[in-house]
Amino acid sequence: MRQIIEGSHAVAEAVRLSRPQVIAAYPITPQTHIVERLAEMVADGELNGEYITVESEFSALSACLGASAAGSRVYSATTSQGLALMFEVCFNVAGMRLPILMTIANRSLSAPLSIWNDQQDSISLRDSGWLQFYAEDNQEAMDLHFIAYRVMEDHRILLPAFVCFDGFILTHTYEPVDVPTQDEIDTYLPAFTPYQKLDAQNPLSFGMYATPEYYMEFRYMIDQAMQRSKDVIGKAGREFGEQFGRDYSSLVEEYRMEDAETAVVAMGSVCGTIKDSIDEMRKKGKRVGLLKIRTYRPFPIEEVKKSLQSASTVAVMDKNISLGSRGAVGLEVKDALFGSDISIYDYIVGLGGRDIRKKDVAAIVDLAEKGEGNLFYGLHEEVL
Amino acid sequence: MPLSVGCTACPGRARDNKTGSWRVFRPTFKHSKCTKCGICSLICPEGCIEVGADEYYYPNLVYCKGCGLCAQECPAEDIEMEQEAK
Amino acid sequence: MVERDIELLECGHRACAGCGLAMAARLMLKAVGKDVIIVSATGCMEVFSTPYPETAWKVPWIHSLFENAAGVGSGIEASLRRQGRSEKVVIIGGDGATFDIGIQCISGAFERGHDITYICYDNEAYMNTGIQRSGATPYDASTTTSPAGKHSFGNTRPKKDLPAIMAAHGSPYVATATIAFPMDMMKKIERAVATKGPCYVQVHSPCATGWGFESDQTMTIGKLAVESGLWVNFEMVNGEVTRVKKVVRKPVEEYLITQKRFRHLFRPVRQEEEIAKIQAYADRNAEKFSLDIKQQKK
Repeated sequence: MRQIIEGSHAVAEAVRLSRPQVIAAYPITPQTHIVERLAEMVADGELNGEYITVESEFSALSACLGASAAGSRVYSATTSQGLALMFEVCFNVAGMRLPILMTIANRSLSAPLSIWNDQQDSISLRDSGWLQFYAEDNQEAMDLHFIAYRVMEDHRILLPAFVCFDGFILTHTYEPVDVPTQDEIDTYLPAFTPYQKLDAQNPLSFGMYATPEYYMEFRYMIDQAMQRSKDVIGKAGREFGEQFGRDYSSLVEEYRMEDAETAVVAMGSVCGTIKDSIDEMRKKGKRVGLLKIRTYRPFPIEEVKKSLQSASTVAVMDKNISLGSRGAVGLEVKDALFGSDISIYDYIVGLGGRDIRKKDVAAIVDLAEKGEGNLFYGLHEEVL
Repeated sequence: MPLSVGCTACPGRARDNKTGSWRVFRPTFKHSKCTKCGICSLICPEGCIEVGADEYYYPNLVYCKGCGLCAQECPAEDIEMEQEAK
Repeated sequence: MVERDIELLECGHRACAGCGLAMAARLMLKAVGKDVIIVSATGCMEVFSTPYPETAWKVPWIHSLFENAAGVGSGIEASLRRQGRSEKVVIIGGDGATFDIGIQCISGAFERGHDITYICYDNEAYMNTGIQRSGATPYDASTTTSPAGKHSFGNTRPKKDLPAIMAAHGSPYVATATIAFPMDMMKKIERAVATKGPCYVQVHSPCATGWGFESDQTMTIGKLAVESGLWVNFEMVNGEVTRVKKVVRKPVEEYLITQKRFRHLFRPVRQEEEIAKIQAYADRNAEKFSLDIKQQKK
């Protein structure tokens, strides 16, 4: 049913429809509207699960870890400092191969303190073994929750996942979304069948330590599951499209890339602005396209290579910065195109909630075409 | 055997680690003054003192580390510690 | 029901000879039985019992991190409740995991009122990392981060009163115990597990390696701790002390002199003032808990 609701409430609807048995979350701006709505759903009996009001994000993910190991489908949501506080648990969850879903309402990291959007928080967890999906709009944010549950609970995968959507820009914005019915989601997403669980009838030890004889092999197995997940995501996305008419069979999305000479690469809500800007540039005769990365982990290296191979210039817009190096997406795009003669430039944009407008996208395309890049775009030079 | 997913394991494999090789002193259960009270078995940190068909207690020397607690705590003073022969 | 003959910790674990923790683990399992899920913090007990794939645990067991065992236990308890399952959730942690790094998670879990039992095996320092002081280390104990020296008598602070903190959370049952009195310890753990709500049992677990004594002295030293009044065995129900193990008290030095961690109080010169301060801790315990058995006059 088509509804006009806030992004956070759309995500809460997606969570309700996914039937988690245990939710543990701690409030943090701009994630609060999701967890408040879920608490209301539990209070009203619309969501039949346990809601644990933990004392910190650290305990939120720890409680999810325990509940998942005990055999429940679980959910949490956080952002920024909360995700940073979960850092240790994040690596642990992935290593223990527990399929836990967290929504990340992307926000910048302190210091300076900022509640506004960029993607530094989830990007900083890129090596943790969590699948990472980035949504462009609230419909995509919603849909990715169903897909993520299906992928990560697949016994060939057994990895946790972030569904990331931009704080305030999406979380607090009302948009029309198509909310599936419970029957439709029950058809798409089967009940959780744990691969193994804590059970007195069949005792297992979880979370043992590995000596140097085994540690590397366990890490290799996680990476193999990540690699395998590319196909599983593709299949889950295609079947979602067949059932709901919105196709997510690729880990990337191309927009007007067919004859593009200059390609913009980005993730998240900024892709909407980029598409509008591309339409304007196209009207002026510029052959520009967008490659949207929907799945950052696993990184779709083959799709990126294929999509960008006929462009002559690539401009990557990164809402993060690996301080002392470059933007995280830019580095991976360069890796994907290694050996080609395509000019690739990286632009650090939109940190801490700085607006990115259509004219900024056009300016970045101009800079790339002039061969100027690998810079922070839009700095207020007068205060530096 | 292939590794488990997520580094889990079923019970049983600890017994592969035969800790009896750590032992310097060996307990000798004389079964002369023993009252079969079972204190030795209850307090043994290894859990390697087993009761036999005759209801006397016997140390499993495959795992006994020779700590001497059974001898120290035996109310009947029926257990002696002796240096292992090299 | 305490089942003395049930054996749920396997031989072959890597605890030191004479380890108080290994005794605590075995006794605890006899008290809780098979219908349990054990959540373990990082620490000596976790490390000596679970190098992959040689687990010593014959019941379901999970270790996540050092400081989150109570958070993990909270999630397991909620999941079991949702599934209508019968297993009890028993969380175990050393004094470092309990008194120090994990106290926030524990406080949260107790405030929320989960039906869990938290057992702290207290050996009064970070033994797994090499005997560093914790909030549970007693006054004047020499550890590797509170070494006795020319200008120091060792640890400068008394032990944190964690049972009082747990009772202040509204815990229905808080108890202290020691491996030196196994039947008492098992009964308390059994009672904690049977009591609905978050319960706490702190078990004194002497450490031959960390405290410096021969491996056959673990029980003897555990008993001396109680007999000296430095460790008090008690039960608190709904915040009220309901039972205390009374003793014919021995001077604290009979306890202190048995362990290398207090050796500097006796050699090269006897430190009367310091021993008197420790005696005063025991005397305060005796007064607070009415520890002393009144000797009948002959």
